[in-house]
Amino acid sequence: MTTPVSRRSRLHRKEHRAALAFVAAPVIGFLAFIGYPLVFSLYTSFTSWNGLSAPVPNGLDNFVEMMGDRYFWQSLGNTVFYMIGIPIGLVISLLLALALNRRMRGLTFFRTVYYVPVVSSLAAVAILWQWAYNGDFGLVNQVLAIFGIDGPNWLQNASTAKPAIIIMAVWKGIGYSMLLYLAALQSVPSHLYEAASLDGAGPLAKFRYITIPMLSPVTFFLVVTNIIGGAQIFIEINIMTPTGGPEFSTASIVWYIWQKAFNYMQMGYATAMALVLGLMVFIVTAVQFQINRRFQFAID
Amino acid sequence: MSLNTPIRTASQDPADSTIAQVLPRVPRNRRNLSGPRLSRSYRIVNVILITVLSLGGVIMIAPLLWTFSTSLKTKEAVFALPPQWIPDPLIWDNYVRVWTAAPLASGIWNSIIVSASVTILGTIASMLAAFAFAKMRLPFKNVIFLALLAAIMIPFPTIMIPQFSMFASAGLVDTLWPLILPGVFGNIVMVFFLRQYLASVPDSIVEAAKIDGAGYLRIFFTLIFPVIRPAVAAQFILWFMAVWNDYLGPIIYLNSPEKQTLQLVIASLNMTYASQTDYPLIMAGSFIALIPVLVVFAVFQKQIIESIALTGAKG
Repeated sequence: MTTPVSRRSRLHRKEHRAALAFVAAPVIGFLAFIGYPLVFSLYTSFTSWNGLSAPVPNGLDNFVEMMGDRYFWQSLGNTVFYMIGIPIGLVISLLLALALNRRMRGLTFFRTVYYVPVVSSLAAVAILWQWAYNGDFGLVNQVLAIFGIDGPNWLQNASTAKPAIIIMAVWKGIGYSMLLYLAALQSVPSHLYEAASLDGAGPLAKFRYITIPMLSPVTFFLVVTNIIGGAQIFIEINIMTPTGGPEFSTASIVWYIWQKAFNYMQMGYATAMALVLGLMVFIVTAVQFQINRRFQFAID
Repeated sequence: MSLNTPIRTASQDPADSTIAQVLPRVPRNRRNLSGPRLSRSYRIVNVILITVLSLGGVIMIAPLLWTFSTSLKTKEAVFALPPQWIPDPLIWDNYVRVWTAAPLASGIWNSIIVSASVTILGTIASMLAAFAFAKMRLPFKNVIFLALLAAIMIPFPTIMIPQFSMFASAGLVDTLWPLILPGVFGNIVMVFFLRQYLASVPDSIVEAAKIDGAGYLRIFFTLIFPVIRPAVAAQFILWFMAVWNDYLGPIIYLNSPEKQTLQLVIASLNMTYASQTDYPLIMAGSFIALIPVLVVFAVFQKQIIESIALTGAKG
């Protein structure tokens, strides 16, 4: 071996050691607090476990129980129902972004106003909306009363509790999507619009064939993250409807898992449900990436 | 953003322009008003839009104002019809009572301890990891990075129960440790963004320092950190607010009232006093809980908005 080579490899080894030390923290954190719990929950999903004594393997019992557990299905259904808010929120925030992308006064002010709910703590926001949804004295019904509408007791009513939570979630979230759309709109090269104008494209055609496709990466990002986040909806439910709502109408899957694990100490069953939730999130995300790839091809 | 660093002066190569490209396009509004005079129809549309945006803005802010208004009422005035937006009389006493009605002070303190220790230590860990992933030689580093990145997809509820049992067997339930420990090892989202940011910094700078025999920590703190500081600051603020607002972690681990973080304290305040219909007290507590993040947002608005815009560009 020649001297320069061995010197170089010694330097490389030194660099490897330093780099390893730098990446060690996140790797250890991942192994200890995500990797190990994940493997452990793979095991406890197939056990009966109260969290105190050792888990007792019980085969597929948890999964069989899940199939017949109407609360599991209902909380899963509720969680999917909440996702109606995602497209609604995206459309509103796109419209807001289009409005704020114009040349006019007060843009910074509006941007701030619409963003305030995003930074507000969800716990505090849930508390104040719970009060706003109060049937007799809440803000929402008092505003409706101005228009002669006699509003329901939103959170105590099985048919209005979920929509009430969706409205709140949309209110909380549109500022964030609006900001991402606004940034994306401002990075669309203006020559695309100029070229389209020369070809005689009207505003609608430009919107359909330039704006929408140019925004699709942001839309994709928002849909994926909103679905992952929406699958884990919990705080609103826990605070606004502590018992899972009238007729179990607001309980989300994470709320039900939490309830089973920490109130009923059925941790084996709860880890099985949590694992199913994780798998579903993974599959849905993977499918979206597949669809996105195909969609990109179509544009090319 | 002052990049008054050796890099800025030493390199007149395309590095500067690439760094500029990586920075998000921040909505800059004053620019919008310059340029050719707006047509009449454009201005009419603007008037309509401003009206609609103002109405929407009222909807965004009204619940917060309503909270504040309620917090200044007497218990009885809450049920006045028609409702009063400006309470008469103004009752500031709720903001005094709430400190004894709930362990608000310890809640704030606990939240500060958790958020500060997680974000300060975690940011140092994340920065060094991002530096190693972006600029250093390490076998399989991309495999490691992608494995960590994939973990973002694992929902916290999927791992929370075994994690709880881990901390329970270590005797750490009802302490702040379960909220602090997982965070101090770094945040992969932050690693991701800083790594992206560093991609625009030319390798040659690091290589030159290596040849000079500088240690890697030294290279990081003298050459790399000054360049990524704005990105670090923005990510730090976002992370701080996320930890500050966390709820699911605290609700699992913390039982004793004096151990609870601020979010849990106001949630149990809400539970306890809703039955007594003491809404002014609840709203005073909630409003106090909102103030810190609103102040942080007001002060760091520019950084927050820039880094959110960057999220979209990189997402």
